[in-house]
Amino acid sequence: MKSKLNLPADRVAYARALAERITAPVQDFIDGHSSVTVERATLRLAGADGANPDGVPVPNLVVDQIRASDPAALEDGATIRYVNALLKSGGTVQALNDRIAAGWDVMSVPLGDRKAIEAKAEELVAGTLKRVKDNRGFREDKLEQWKGKNNSPLLYLIVATGNIYEDVKQAAAAAEQGADVIAVIRTTAQSLLDYVPFGATTEGFGGTYATQENFRIMRAALDEVAEKQGRYIRLTNYASGLCMPEIAAMGAVERLDMMLNDSMYGILFRDINMYRTFVDQKFSRMINAYAGVIINTGEDNYLTTSDAYEKAYTVLASQFLNERFAFDAGLEARFQGLGHAFEMDPTIKNGFMYELAEAQMAREIFPEHPLKYMPPTKFMSGDIFKGVAMNTLFNFVSKATNQGIHLLGMLTEAIHTPFMMDRFLAVDNARYVMNYIDGFYDDIEFKQDGIVVTRAHQVLREAIEFMEHVEKTGMFDSIEKGLFAEVKRPKDGGKGFEGLVKKGPAYYNPFESGLKRELGLKR
Amino acid sequence: MKVVRPYGDTMDDGKVQLSFTLPVPDGAKGREAARKLVLSWGFKECEVVHSTPLAAEFSMYVAYGKTEASIDYDSVVADEASADASMDMDAVNAYIKAHIGRKVVIVGACTGFDAHTVGIDAIINMKGFNHHFGLERYPEMEAYNMGAQVPNEKLIEYALKVKADAILISQVVTQKDTHIHNMTEFIELLEAKGLRDRFICVAGGPRIGNKLAVELGFDVGFGRGAYANDVATYIVKKMAEK
Repeated sequence: MKSKLNLPADRVAYARALAERITAPVQDFIDGHSSVTVERATLRLAGADGANPDGVPVPNLVVDQIRASDPAALEDGATIRYVNALLKSGGTVQALNDRIAAGWDVMSVPLGDRKAIEAKAEELVAGTLKRVKDNRGFREDKLEQWKGKNNSPLLYLIVATGNIYEDVKQAAAAAEQGADVIAVIRTTAQSLLDYVPFGATTEGFGGTYATQENFRIMRAALDEVAEKQGRYIRLTNYASGLCMPEIAAMGAVERLDMMLNDSMYGILFRDINMYRTFVDQKFSRMINAYAGVIINTGEDNYLTTSDAYEKAYTVLASQFLNERFAFDAGLEARFQGLGHAFEMDPTIKNGFMYELAEAQMAREIFPEHPLKYMPPTKFMSGDIFKGVAMNTLFNFVSKATNQGIHLLGMLTEAIHTPFMMDRFLAVDNARYVMNYIDGFYDDIEFKQDGIVVTRAHQVLREAIEFMEHVEKTGMFDSIEKGLFAEVKRPKDGGKGFEGLVKKGPAYYNPFESGLKRELGLKR
Repeated sequence: MKVVRPYGDTMDDGKVQLSFTLPVPDGAKGREAARKLVLSWGFKECEVVHSTPLAAEFSMYVAYGKTEASIDYDSVVADEASADASMDMDAVNAYIKAHIGRKVVIVGACTGFDAHTVGIDAIINMKGFNHHFGLERYPEMEAYNMGAQVPNEKLIEYALKVKADAILISQVVTQKDTHIHNMTEFIELLEAKGLRDRFICVAGGPRIGNKLAVELGFDVGFGRGAYANDVATYIVKKMAEK
């Protein structure tokens, strides 16, 4: 790729070095901690599943039992107790789950021989990792078989009826219309639930519950369309909120292809405790990395809550930080869908050029990353005709700058959940623009002192200044002082703080060590 | 009396633009079904100008209809609290100084499970929206934005703590009438605590009109296109009335 912006390589390298220095103390903290959802994710990978008659999931029951018997007992990890119970009860994982769901307490049996427990645990780890690896292999084979059949950028559509069976119909129609990626947006409260509901669901608000069964149902439906169309259809869900690693674990097992997963989104935009989020994002990203799942980060949120022109540098800074956290979790660049958005005020003079500058800047700074580009939402109004015009320019910038994942804008964005025809019109518009300008950008060079180039250099400069300030202040203090997204989050405040667990000297998590081994992570 | 009809390109031609989807395959039969449907809605003429398949069993139509229906414009009363006479930011601040004589305290939140802060942010946050500054920017106001997913109980508690004059509730998600449930619960909580008259209660959101808000027990409701100064004007005038 020939550079159009000629950004100074040494400054980009310096920004990456800053990101590494900023995140280093956070990584130190993460190493020493686990959380209730990390433990539950581990239990899920070991086979814990199902729920009691009140709907409390088995992984939650086990973690709660351990904490109830001794508040400090979780510092050894939950797996050891679950596997101990499995050995003591002598049956299958399924039988154990049924027993726990019926009220049996895993802490009612004494801890047996450590060696035997570890041997059994390793067996469970090997089984799960094989299943995930096979899923990854299946996806890679299909992508190879149907190479060149997907749009570029990938066209991403959201379904959100609340009812998984209705979602299936909408998703199949969207895929038939040309979507490459289907995201099932979650019910609006789910990010703040400290558990993952069980089973197929038909009720939700503004979206559908992420459950393992819902994942399975949608996966099967999209595979069917894919076979018919001869084109792989990717499935996306949301590993954000209080259950990041559990959602990632379920997605790995059910072969999801993308996960929304941001290192700081929960802290800033959902008021989840910062320590908890940092710990959770690491383990969830390790699972995603092993499963070959592309993460989508949430930088678009900085622009919907603040001014997109003034705060453009916060997006770039966040991309550098998300990239560093992702590398530290074993995610290669090609699995990092770093986010950004087309959210500037449509009345700004030359706004199109600023959008183009920033999209091109992201492309040049993150050349191997499948950048996730979000459509206009903030300035979408009831004027659907203006909305179409804005989406058309968004489509133009996305294709021109070769973005990776293109979330289609809806003309009815500010009005209601999309009609079936709204999605069709969005795909149609994108395909029209993307075909019509296919080679256009190769013919274009920018004036080196022009608006586009000047703007990109300016945003990089501002991002570096901002990151220098964050480095000096320290990451945790920066969040507390409101440096990010203009919100202040106290260190011990926010949701889920009580679910943080300090690892004890005997902490045992065979999945964590197994993933580290497989991913070649040093820490 | 002033009689009006939709205007296409000639006075009183009654031309209307329509688009919709039918759960049938695309084709001549679908287009005829679309045309007949439009006529059944009272249109005198209908031309289906475009159809396209959306899926095997779904098709989309664009149609033009001609209506003879009309309305007496003079008889219309608008359902908008702010009417067209809102003061701008400076005028609101001057009004507070002249008629209230102390800072006006406002607390706002997106309540229930609703996670969409775009509405409440547009009204309260410093930056505002579309060149209308938010209430935080008003020197004669103290505005607190509690953000999203705030339980009604917590919102009331906070409003008491900061001695709020008005409480703003934003509801963006309206699927399955969740906004109505949230708004009703809020008013019932206030009434149960005997606090309903203590605050001016304002509801807002893209699907919330004044009529709905008042029906649910709020003082006023603001829908699409309302800005911070519209909300501020209503609140300060209501306070001055009291």
